[in-house]
Amino acid sequence: MSEKVQLKGIPAAPGIAIGPAYKLGKEEFNIIAQEIKEDQIPLQIQLFEEAIIKTRKEILNLQKKISEEMGHDTAEIFDAHLLVLEDRMLIEEVINTLKKERLNVAYVFSKVLKKYVNVFSKIEDEYLRERIIDVNDIGKRILRNLLGKTHSKLDGLKEPVIIVSADLSPSDTASMHKNDVRGFVTDIGSKTSHTAIMAKSLEIPAVVGTEEATAKIKAGDILIVDGANGVVIINPDEKTLEFYRKEAVKYKDIGKKLIGLRKIVAQTIDGRKIEVAANLELPLEIPAIKQYGAEGIGLYRTEFFYMNRKDLPTEDEHFEAYKHVANLMKPYPVTIRTLDLGGDKFISQLQVPHEMFPFLGWRAIRFCLARPDIFKIQLRAILRASVFGKLRIMYPMISGIEEIRQANSLLEEAKKELKAEKVPYDENIEVGTMIEVPSAALTADLLARESDFFSIGTNDLIQYALAIDRANEKVAYLYEPAHPAVLRMIKTVIDSAHNSGIWVGMCGEMAGDPAFVPMLLGLGLDEFSMSPFSIPEVKQVVCALTMDTARRIADEGLKLSTGKEVEEFNHRKLKDILKGK
Amino acid sequence: MAVIEKKIVIKNKQGLHARPAAVFVQIANKFNSEITLKKGKEAVNGKSIMGILMLGAEKGSIIRIEVNGDDAEMAIVELEKLIGGEE
Repeated sequence: MSEKVQLKGIPAAPGIAIGPAYKLGKEEFNIIAQEIKEDQIPLQIQLFEEAIIKTRKEILNLQKKISEEMGHDTAEIFDAHLLVLEDRMLIEEVINTLKKERLNVAYVFSKVLKKYVNVFSKIEDEYLRERIIDVNDIGKRILRNLLGKTHSKLDGLKEPVIIVSADLSPSDTASMHKNDVRGFVTDIGSKTSHTAIMAKSLEIPAVVGTEEATAKIKAGDILIVDGANGVVIINPDEKTLEFYRKEAVKYKDIGKKLIGLRKIVAQTIDGRKIEVAANLELPLEIPAIKQYGAEGIGLYRTEFFYMNRKDLPTEDEHFEAYKHVANLMKPYPVTIRTLDLGGDKFISQLQVPHEMFPFLGWRAIRFCLARPDIFKIQLRAILRASVFGKLRIMYPMISGIEEIRQANSLLEEAKKELKAEKVPYDENIEVGTMIEVPSAALTADLLARESDFFSIGTNDLIQYALAIDRANEKVAYLYEPAHPAVLRMIKTVIDSAHNSGIWVGMCGEMAGDPAFVPMLLGLGLDEFSMSPFSIPEVKQVVCALTMDTARRIADEGLKLSTGKEVEEFNHRKLKDILKGK
Repeated sequence: MAVIEKKIVIKNKQGLHARPAAVFVQIANKFNSEITLKKGKEAVNGKSIMGILMLGAEKGSIIRIEVNGDDAEMAIVELEKLIGGEE
């Protein structure tokens, strides 16, 4: 038994997971060089060809499975794998080396593969580094087939495991819930990275940004992942295991108790009703979302339609998905955020140039207004689907009133077209503005005049307001949701909206943090949209409050001078509130 | 059989990387001709994604395409269209 080691990372998704470590993408093969005789060369080449054919079949199967499960062409990500698999240079080099050096094909292949990976990793280019993952992935598959090893990749997991990886792509995370994955641990990443957000909605305990997980953890090590505290324990002793097993049970009990709360209406003691909604990425999350008692979708992210594919999604593809979600959520509202490409979301088929500051660059509404051809397809689809439930439209990254006007005029065009085509749509569809740029927050009074509602996107608002790249681990500590500057902006936005008679929601991580709920409620927030997991807890807090208490908490909290003070204050107040119940 | 060699300046903003490289390989593989890309002293198979990626051709870099085969004329026209113009 190895010694017990503890790693500290960033808590990404709560819960406790105990299980064997499964190392993803970093699997090492120990391949020994063996000399072969001249007459064995054809056999070795045949083995290699068979391994390639087998791998090809596997990838095609995986591609098929994923395209069925995801409902759209997420599976096209594997096209790159196929391209590498059939690469002539690689195949020729393996065969030539095999003939020249007369060594076993597995050894030759792993050597050639290593050479390629080395050359790739020296190139300073983000896109190329992404290709290394493909090359490694496919190489490992071929090697496994060459060695006759069983596949232990995510698609063929036999027992529940904890995934340990340098990083996980959203598509890795997306395929997880289908398999028995108990938890995951990564070297890089932050609380608000895409992967962490998805882990939270899939309810997989996760710790990210540990920096050294892949170095310290060996495949098969027993791990405890404490997702709420960001702690990973490697090879725990029996006493520690026992403690965490109990914690895990306790956690599940709390979960059950909270799920019991799902039918409860989120209403303060003095009768103010709050809309508690969920953020949605993939339609397949809807059953979980309903289980937790969401009263709508406050943020439906639509980027997934565009990712990992070569062509653009058609209007009908958009329409079918929106119709499906609208139907499932009926009578509750669904707020569809229009395409928010850019920043950390790269879309393969649109040749978006590499930018120095992608978060300040050509993204979201800026991109959509420059490409009305793409934007209007989505707007038309939303309008068409709006008769099947209650849909709302929300524009992301608005920085000033002109952008709202331009977007709205495209929306009017779309409406006119549909009218001419005699296609029905909801004439009263609400059109809102996402507030995530400081300039929008500070001019909220102006924007409110031409919006039906606001939704505050705190993740981006915080990073823009505090000039913090939230994915940069060196400065991540400065990412303070409770910073007085952030709170003042939120207050400004809510006050401006209410002065104009429109409602305000929030769809960032902050809305799902129970400690912030009293303050946000006191500031007047009307709708909270969050990871489904947080819903029961947030409802519980709302139901334990009076508006009077909430207002007092907001007043007092906004007088504090640092984020840290505010956070401590919020946690203290939350404890009092829950005790009082 | 025709052998054609052309000098091309990469005009694509991302250079010959990732997506553009993949498209290049897919188009190159439509033709019977042998296609070789050369940059400085390096020469790689134009039908290989790994080869092209390893060439690391940034925007503005000069590469030479050598096409050898019965459909060389057609191949060079299509490939040139894809990555740049004649110098």
